[in-house]
Formats: sequence, C-alpha cells, structure tokens
Amino acid sequence: MRGPALLDRTGWLVFAAFAIVALAIVPALATLPSADSALRLPAYLVPLFGKYLCYALLALALDLIWGFAGILSLGQGAFFALGGYCMGMYLMRQIGTRGVYGNAVLPDFMVFLNWKTLPWPWWGFNHFAFAMTMALAVPALLAAAFGWLAFRSRVTGVYLSIITQAMTYALMLAFFRNDMGFGGNNGLTDFKEILGFGVQAPNTRLALYAITVVALGASFLLCRFVVTSKLGRVLLALKDAEARVRFLGYSTARAKLFVFVLSAMLCGLAGALYVPQVGVINPGEFAPGNSIEIAIWVAIGGRGTLVGAVLGALVVNLAKTWLTGAAPELWLFALGALFILVTLLLPDGILGLAARLRPMLGSRLVPAREQRR
Amino acid sequence: MTSTALLYLDGVTVSFDGFKALNSLSLVIEPGELRTIIGPNGAGKTTMMDVITGKTRPDSGTALFGGTHDLTRLDEAAIATLGIGRKFQKPTVFENLTVFENLELALKGKHSITHALLHRLRAEECWRLDALLARIGLSNRAGELAGRLSHGQKQWLEIGMLLAHDPQLILLDEPVAGMTDAETAATAALIIELARDRTIVVVEHDMEFVRDLGAKVTVLHEGSVLAEGSIDAVQNHPRVIEVYLGR
Repeated sequence: MRGPALLDRTGWLVFAAFAIVALAIVPALATLPSADSALRLPAYLVPLFGKYLCYALLALALDLIWGFAGILSLGQGAFFALGGYCMGMYLMRQIGTRGVYGNAVLPDFMVFLNWKTLPWPWWGFNHFAFAMTMALAVPALLAAAFGWLAFRSRVTGVYLSIITQAMTYALMLAFFRNDMGFGGNNGLTDFKEILGFGVQAPNTRLALYAITVVALGASFLLCRFVVTSKLGRVLLALKDAEARVRFLGYSTARAKLFVFVLSAMLCGLAGALYVPQVGVINPGEFAPGNSIEIAIWVAIGGRGTLVGAVLGALVVNLAKTWLTGAAPELWLFALGALFILVTLLLPDGILGLAARLRPMLGSRLVPAREQRR
Repeated sequence: MTSTALLYLDGVTVSFDGFKALNSLSLVIEPGELRTIIGPNGAGKTTMMDVITGKTRPDSGTALFGGTHDLTRLDEAAIATLGIGRKFQKPTVFENLTVFENLELALKGKHSITHALLHRLRAEECWRLDALLARIGLSNRAGELAGRLSHGQKQWLEIGMLLAHDPQLILLDEPVAGMTDAETAATAALIIELARDRTIVVVEHDMEFVRDLGAKVTVLHEGSVLAEGSIDAVQNHPRVIEVYLGR
C-alpha cells in the first residue's frame, strides 16, 4: 500500500502523549490535590482550557479548507456562532420556571418583549439530541447553500474571502435585532443546567472540558483521514491548478463543497462546546474580526499541517490571556505585529520553523512534504 | 444527428466581444486518426480545444463526441470522464504533489468525491503507475515534488498523466514547446506509438516536428479551416503560403 498513513509512529506517540496530559493529568490536578495545595489546578482554569480547545477546533476546521484546498474563508466564525446559538437555545429552554419571570416555556427576554408564544425556530430545542443535531445541521446547510453558489460560480481567492466576511457581518446585524427572536444584543445567558447537571458545577465543567478534548482529538483524526485520502491530493492539486483538475475529470466544485461543509460542521461543534463553558452567546461572536483572528492563528501555527492550526490557536490565545491581563491596550498591536512577522519571516508558521530547526527528527506531523511516500 | 466520426465539429462559432475566435469551424476526426493542426497565432487553435473540452461554450454549432455525446452541454469534468484528455501548451503539473501522486490523480477510474475519499490504491494500480513511471523515464524521481522537475521532464510527466487517464481522444497543445531536439524526436516517436490504439489531435508550430509525425494536416486561419491534406500538399497550397508559411 502506498500513500500516506493516517499518522506515522511518531505522530501517534505525540497524539497519545497529548491525550494523556489532557485527559488524565489535567483532570487529576483539578480534583485530587487538596484545595490549598500548590499542585491544585485553580477551578477557573478548567473552562478556560476548554475554551482554548474550542478555538483550536475552530482553527483546525479553517486549516482543512485554507491549508489544503486554498479556500480562505473569513466567515468560519459565523458557523461557530450558529452552533453556539443552537446550544444556547437548548440551555435557555432548560431554565424553565427558574427565570426571573418564571415562565415555563418562554425565555425571559421573550416575556420582556411581551411575546405570548414560542416562535417556531425555537421548537424542539428543549430536546438535547435535537439541539445538537441542529448545531451541526444549521452550519452545514448554510455552508452547503453558500458554497454551492460560490463554487459553482467559480468564486475564488480574495473574492471568496470578502463574501464570507459579508456573510458573517450580515448574520451579526440580523442577530442584533430583537425581533429575530434570539435575544438581540444581549444574546442568550444565565444558563442553569445541561442534561440535568448544573453548568457552573466543577464536575460538569470538567466533563465539558473532557468532551472538548475528545471532540478535538476525533476531529483531528477525521481531518487527517480526509487529507491523507486521494481526495486530500485532489484538494492540494486544485489549490495549484484548479482547471487542470477539472480536465482530469474531477468536479472541483463538489470537492470544495465537501470540505467546506465538513469544516462548517466542525465550527458548529466548536461553538456548541464553547457556549456552556463560557456561559453566554451573543451576536458579537459573528463579528468579522473574530473570523479574521482564526486565520491569524492558523497562519501563525503553520497552515496546511492541521497540528500547526491547533498549536497556533493555543499559543496565540495563551498569549492573549496573559497580555490582556498585563497590558490590555497592547493586545491588538501585538497580534498585528505577530501576524506581520510570521507572514514575512515564517511563511510556514511555528511548525515550519520547528521543521527547519530540527530536520533530524523528521516527524511527519510537520509539513515535510518531500518525505512523503 | 449521429456520425461515425469520433469527433465531429460543424459550424462552430465562438466570439469574444465581437471578435470571432472560431468562425463556423467544421472538423471531422475519425477513430484511430492522428491529426496535426497548424495555423498562425490567433487562428483559433486553442479556442477549438477549449470548445472540445468544455471550457468554452460555442455561440452556435454542433460538437459531438463518439457520434452521440453533445460536448456543448457537458462540463469539463464530465467530458474528461467521457474520454477526452488534454495536454496544455504550458506544462501544468501539480507542483506540490509528488510525481507519483500526479499520476495517481490522473489514473482512469471513478472520480467521484466519495470514491476519492474512501479509495486506497490497490496493488494493480501501483504496478500500473510504476510501469508508467518507467515509460516516461521518471522512475527514480517518483517521490519528488513535481515542481522540482526540469521543463522537459514536466512535459513528459504531463504525457504520463494523459496515459494514466487513458482517454480515447488526446488533444496535445504544442507538446514540444521548449524541448531540446533530442526530446522533440523522442516525443514524436512516442506520439506515433500512442496513435496506434488512440485518436490524437496535435496542435503545433514546429514544422519539423509536424513533418516527423507524418500525419494529415489541417490549417486553421481566422477561425475556420483553410486547407487540409498531407504536409507537402498544404505547404504548396497557395492560400496557405500567403497567410502562414509565406510570412
């Protein structure tokens, strides 16, 4: 058998090492040492790690389409927010009579707006399974409709980036409106329970964090499966010379649509995992800047590698948390400077630098494409 | 309308902003034929290939493949799957894929997205690709990125991709452009060998190469056929001398 493996031996070892740290060591440090021990992981860090991992999943989803098919979507934040809203709607319905107005069916903001009945988009969201299906299906349907129109009309490059920005901006304006029925500019918040467990309870937070780790790991393997398949080679080829791929008999529009929809679903999953851990979803998540930030994470980590995207999201967000605490006014300048430096000096990102510095390691996790086969 | 011809073009007209790139072009290629097409710049050679491969839709006219398939209604991918392969003037190989992977993508077979996602190379496909690599003289470069090949090697890789695709009809757009004399002679020999069990249309400027191929020649001028016949016949044709060879 020829063609690249899902992961090589080094790759699996690194993957297993991260899984052990994330799923055994972090939870152990968060629960086992006594509360005043120096080893004890502070409670606020667990949902913070969970949030970073959601961002990492988002970066992974963008790298799949940008790094491998050359589709620089600057609207992935919209799919993330839609997934988040689906989860948020489920969580709102779980509040029931514990809301300020004590209405068993209507969320507080609807009572406040003097609405009498639940609008149809909210139907069914009291069921967890339905809400989770929607968290994947709504982004998938939007991506399918948008992608079908764009790829069939052969919209590529910077034009595609611009219309994806317009898409997320339009959704932001729509969700800001009270009469859309999704809570207007306050969004959805004050969640109480998820599947009967208190969302603020330490064990629930630990469980949500662990589920996020598993989701990220599984999504990573799924993306690896796609990019190591023949379809992965078709995507890389169409990034080079799309017309040529068509003349070989492949429908490039369908290939692009497939990864675009898959990517949107991963973004939706990230959003659905994000909302219960941060406790709020509002239209700010649709802001065009958010989607651009995802592209910066991927560029900094190293695009076309999947691992680099995850790494980039974690590194940049750790830096963001530290710097916004130390000198909040400097963050945007630091992010901009980092992006310019990486673009000028490290076109393959952090991972490309690592590959250049340590060629003797030769791990295939890094984009040493010449070593394939 | 049906025809025994493999490729049947009749009254094909394409205009770009009023300029007629093809002006009621008619061309018939029989199965198994080797045909050379020459003509000055702007004669419509590339536009003709674009029409046959679905890249350009003609304003009017008929384009049939195998007597029944209407090429004016199909897209590039569908036409390629029908069995029409094209080699571009400028070698376009996938520079970020290895030589082996370039050939793998071109391999004849199902080209649906689900197939591409789930299919893993079978042993006989690997043998076929290895045989192809040997035939185009790139066996020892199989694992290298195609972007690192020399110009001539890229031309050969592209021919290898055509062979992997195994189409009934091959369109070659200036296959020896930029090749050395030795490479040109080798390419002519390869094309003649290929033409034994395939139909090939070659567009070329290099008259020496056209003579080497020894096939029927069609001269295009201003989007339609000016003359057709053996190389000697067209070279002595007064109108051809006037518009093309005599310049």
